Amino acid sequence: MALSQLLSSSSRSGNRLKSLSSAISLRHPISTDTTPITVETSVPFTSHQCEVPSRTVQTNAKELLTFFRDMALMRRMEIAADSLYKAKLIRGFCHLYDGQEAVAVGMEAAITKKDSIITAYRDHCTFIARGGTLLEVFAELMGRQAGCSRGKGGSMHFYKKDSNFYGGHGIVGAQVPLGCGLAFAQKYCKDEAVTFALYGDGAANQGQLFEALNISALWDLPAILVCENNHYGMGTAEWRAAKSPAYYKRGDYVPGLKVDGMDVLAVKQACTFAKEHALKNGPIILEMDTYRYHGHSMSDPGSTYRTRDEITGVRQERDPVERIRKLILSHDLATEKELKDTEKEVRKEVDDAIAQAKENPVPDSSELFTNVYAKGLGVESFGADRKEVRATLP
Amino acid sequence: MLGIVRQKMLEQSLKKIRPAVAVLRSYSSAAKQMNVREALNSALNEEMSADSKVFLIGEEVGEYQGAYKITKGLLDKYGTERVLDTPITEAGFAGIAVGAAYYGLKPVVEFMTFNFSMQAIDHIINSAAKSNYMSAGQISVPIVFRGPNGAAAGVGAQHSQCYAAWYATCPGLKVLTPYNSEDARGLLKAAIRDPDPVVFLENELLYGESFPISNEVLDSSFCLPIGKAKIERKGKHVTIAAYSKMVGYSLKAAEILEKDGIDAEVINLRSIRPLDRSTINDSVRKTNRLVTVEEAFPQHGVGAEICACVVEESFAYLDAPVERIAGADVPMPYAANLERMAVPQVEDIVRAAKRACYRSVPNEAQHCWEGAASF
Repeated sequence: MALSQLLSSSSRSGNRLKSLSSAISLRHPISTDTTPITVETSVPFTSHQCEVPSRTVQTNAKELLTFFRDMALMRRMEIAADSLYKAKLIRGFCHLYDGQEAVAVGMEAAITKKDSIITAYRDHCTFIARGGTLLEVFAELMGRQAGCSRGKGGSMHFYKKDSNFYGGHGIVGAQVPLGCGLAFAQKYCKDEAVTFALYGDGAANQGQLFEALNISALWDLPAILVCENNHYGMGTAEWRAAKSPAYYKRGDYVPGLKVDGMDVLAVKQACTFAKEHALKNGPIILEMDTYRYHGHSMSDPGSTYRTRDEITGVRQERDPVERIRKLILSHDLATEKELKDTEKEVRKEVDDAIAQAKENPVPDSSELFTNVYAKGLGVESFGADRKEVRATLP
Repeated sequence: MLGIVRQKMLEQSLKKIRPAVAVLRSYSSAAKQMNVREALNSALNEEMSADSKVFLIGEEVGEYQGAYKITKGLLDKYGTERVLDTPITEAGFAGIAVGAAYYGLKPVVEFMTFNFSMQAIDHIINSAAKSNYMSAGQISVPIVFRGPNGAAAGVGAQHSQCYAAWYATCPGLKVLTPYNSEDARGLLKAAIRDPDPVVFLENELLYGESFPISNEVLDSSFCLPIGKAKIERKGKHVTIAAYSKMVGYSLKAAEILEKDGIDAEVINLRSIRPLDRSTINDSVRKTNRLVTVEEAFPQHGVGAEICACVVEESFAYLDAPVERIAGADVPMPYAANLERMAVPQVEDIVRAAKRACYRSVPNEAQHCWEGAASF
């Protein structure tokens, strides 16, 4: 059995090499093998007021290799952003997502671009998952024209409307009613699509979240509230902020599911389940048990409120990228070298994007006054010295 | 002496105007009349009929027919999918409405009064006003926030604040203040059609007031431009700039001033943001004197902005300091006599206009000015 597996895997790699030589893409290796593989999630799901999805998940080599690549790319991107911030090329706020990649990648795998996603300020990887490019990320972080918001938004304000990614929000908790509003509009337009509104364990205590959840439940909106519980709201541990940190139960009459957010397959399974539920029955809460390696932002070392042992412990036991690597290797879907090569490619992609972004110009001064309104009515706007700098809004 | 000649000429021209005014008054009673409530209701109805993306959301807008009956009949006509009664959760439903606007729908959010909008102000400012800019044009927010603003009668401190200046501070918002029925129809239609977030500040005490209305205004395509003030009354001697209910008071003040030979020009601002600075400045360049009138708290208010803009643009044309009439600098009291003192009255506007024209009994501060002018 092992021999036939070896033979079949080598013929697969033979095909791969052929396709690689003719391919222009840098991606290597991509297995196009979609033979189903059955895997169990790390832990079973826990539910509140609803049935539990099966912990047996169907996947395949192609999907797993894509997951690995995507998460490795995100990981590399966030670490590169850390260096750029320390080099003062990124200013202001920079909230990094490394450790939480499985949530962004697993969610995307369960849905289509017709479904909407809205999140808070830890949005770089979600933007990438929705189809954004590395150049758009780095250029935006460095305040350049090629940024996804043309340099006018910054780290917390990434948007990609054509993929139904609605940002990118700096006010904790505000994105949840906004997300329920997106779901309202999807229902109004009869789009048969859902909205995932992501928030953290810190935002989970916000009043407006419960206001929006109440309305969503009353009006049966296809809203999926996803609590990315990384256990710290800035520097405050969940047990210090929430009387009940069982966030998946906080919806009371709204069903909820607790998910291992470091297991990309569990995330995908839960999101598939949630989408089906929301389209039929209205809102549902998903609590993703996840972890961020960095502090809250680049100004937070992340060590004054948690131990280094805890961080390294999670990295060793639960890292999402490592989990997929082990899964791929144990199923012989690729060799260690191939995975390392993927990581090298991804690193090169990131480095190339950074180099490109560094060359990109800053926005033209006239951009100070663009997009204030969608319809400016020829109205005047002013600079700091209105007798020096005035503009007519287009 | 020149003043006496001017006064005689004024009296003669006024004699010519007065009969015409009398004719107009009788004409207006024969013309169609519409109150502001009907004007708003008809505007909402027509815009909902014309565009299926427009929907109403707020407390009591549906079954109750609207707390002030502005949305009367619309639930019956458009159904529960488009006229949505919400729980008493402003932050939640305003956020939901903004999210719907992100997706491309056109919500009209009713705040029962704008005092309650403070509970949702983060969504108005940070989620709505700034999104188009932060996203470099990807996310526009075609939403209208409407409702009664400012003082009513006897409702006390927490229910009487005017928010025009607060909202008008923020770039990315448009802030409109209709006065009469024509304003109500034209500006609400413009607001609903506009792709940007609009804060539409009505006035409860004006809802029941009737105004003459032309056929043009009644047409369903009628729309007023945003950002343009209207000269309600042309005049020569002093400009009075006001918005909302104070326009009516300013017109009454102008009638009183007329008897004393002061011909006031009354500007109905209609739009606080964008502010029609050119109409205001053109008027001041003509009259050389300015009184601003608002019901709101005085500090950092609309009057302050108008004064600053006139000083910046038309300083050489000012013959007198700008006068500012505003609500009293106190939370709104309940007792009727105190409440009366807390909001501008017509006599306050008359007095300020006379001061601006150097026609009042001089107070301490004015002595030196008057002395200088007489040289």
